[in-house]
Amino acid sequence: MSRLVAAVVVALVVPAAAGAQPGVGVKAKTGKGLYAANCLSCHGVDGSGVTSDTQPRGVLDLRGLGPPLKGVGALAADFYLTTGYMPLQNPHDQPRHTKSPFDKREIAALVAYVATFGKGPGVPHPQPERGEVSRGLSLFTEHCAGCHQIVAEGGYVTNAVAPPLHQATPVQIAEAVRLGPYLMPRFPTSQISDAQLDSIIAYVQYAKHPDDRGGWSIGRIGPVPEGLVAWLIAAAALVGCCLVIGRRFQR
Amino acid sequence: MSALRRWAIALGVLFLGRKQRRPRFADRPRIVPPGEPDPRAEWLVLGLLLCAAAAAAGFIAVYSFNHLAHQTQYLGLALGLAFAFVAAALIVVARRLVVTEELEEDYPLPGHPTTQEELEQLVTESGDRFTRQRLLLAGAGAAAGAIGAALVVPALSLGPFLDTDAFYETPWRRGVRLVDEHGKPFLLDEIERETFYTAYAEGADKEQLGSPLVVVRFQPAQLDLPAERRDWAPEGVVAYSKICTHAGCAIALFRKPTFPPVEPGPALICPCHYSTFDPTRAAKVIFGPAGRPLPQLPLFLNRENGELAAAGNFSGPVGPSWWGVRSRRPRNPS
Repeated sequence: MSRLVAAVVVALVVPAAAGAQPGVGVKAKTGKGLYAANCLSCHGVDGSGVTSDTQPRGVLDLRGLGPPLKGVGALAADFYLTTGYMPLQNPHDQPRHTKSPFDKREIAALVAYVATFGKGPGVPHPQPERGEVSRGLSLFTEHCAGCHQIVAEGGYVTNAVAPPLHQATPVQIAEAVRLGPYLMPRFPTSQISDAQLDSIIAYVQYAKHPDDRGGWSIGRIGPVPEGLVAWLIAAAALVGCCLVIGRRFQR
Repeated sequence: MSALRRWAIALGVLFLGRKQRRPRFADRPRIVPPGEPDPRAEWLVLGLLLCAAAAAAGFIAVYSFNHLAHQTQYLGLALGLAFAFVAAALIVVARRLVVTEELEEDYPLPGHPTTQEELEQLVTESGDRFTRQRLLLAGAGAAAGAIGAALVVPALSLGPFLDTDAFYETPWRRGVRLVDEHGKPFLLDEIERETFYTAYAEGADKEQLGSPLVVVRFQPAQLDLPAERRDWAPEGVVAYSKICTHAGCAIALFRKPTFPPVEPGPALICPCHYSTFDPTRAAKVIFGPAGRPLPQLPLFLNRENGELAAAGNFSGPVGPSWWGVRSRRPRNPS
């Protein structure tokens, strides 16, 4: 009990000390200490979550801040921490790929600590070198390209951004597919098998540096920028034509 | 036969005969200096106008093919040629057929009835050099008609309007099982939450507009279906047509909140124009250009083997909306 009280005290006091960035990237020695300093205010004591049914607490009336972490396992913790999705300043924001405020050792400690909340999936070990790029392309088209675009440049869904996958590592891609972070659906093994996942990752790795067949790639995001460039060239040509037509005829 | 010949002669005289000039402003002194008629230029203009009409007709012909290599390029070429020929005809008219003169000062602006008449006289006299006005007008009419038709014809692709009956037929009726793309029936236990599936009607053509479904499973308490659809979602599994009601694209996006209190709610989204439907509320349109919800398919769970099947046909017509499509109910195959 005394540890719990200490954790709450740390959670309330340390952010204030951190100044402009309350509760983000506060250092501690152990996974538990890091959790208490950076995660507890939203995910609750021992990953119990601060959900909408949780009783409002104290003057801040904290409700609906973060989901419970019991049973999410090392997989989810590793994904959210290595991508820098968490810690999140404002729980109403969409998490984005940023540089994590933690170093590798701290992330490992936190992941190990979160994994103790309950039995959950471990960090996956994809083997993209076993996958096939062409098969990955057709699978990516079927399952992923609707949001992330065919070249993994990212796109939009209503009210949110589907992130580009340039920075995603094979492990992070495997984790995201199984996890469905933020608004992304989850793809269990019945939908995408581990072997298929290897192919998808192989394709995403390929799509970072595709083999351009000439021409301008213009961001590789399809006909809209290409059309804009065509309009620009056509508009210049048309203005030129207008100048020729409008020139006074010399006899 | 003789009647035909008389008609042909009459038409020939009408179009080819040189107009007997009835000088309208003969009693007045000319404003525009007289010009020499130029019959060869007139034939050239007529030829160019007919070429424009032929190019526009070519556009319609190319458009009417279903599968043609480089069709877009041919379409552009045909339409471009049509406009180029019209432009060439107008240039010839301006340079060789309209009387031109150079003046130090502009003509006074017309405002008074007499100046109005002077303007008419100007225009009439400028056209003095035309000898076959009706023929040229007919050529211009042919070019304008053909180009107009070429611009209107693509509108036929907006949707069938003569024979639409096939669009109201769907393969779904009570007892038809839901299968995946390999023909394997969907079992309730294999359908997980927080993801989405594509299902087809067993034994039906997958390409048929009415066949594909998007299937999502929720907690039954999450669903907020209208009272008459209470039984349509056994164990929280809902099925909607996968074809967007706006432009007929496939609903390929599923938005699934990880933590609903701080994130947007679940939604089915069409990637073409971002029509967004709420699958928990009978696919109500919550964003985008779609005019009506996705048609919902009532589901039926076979308790013995756990298979999912349709309990009837869709709640509304499948596929994109256009005039008249909204009100009719789909039909079963006969």
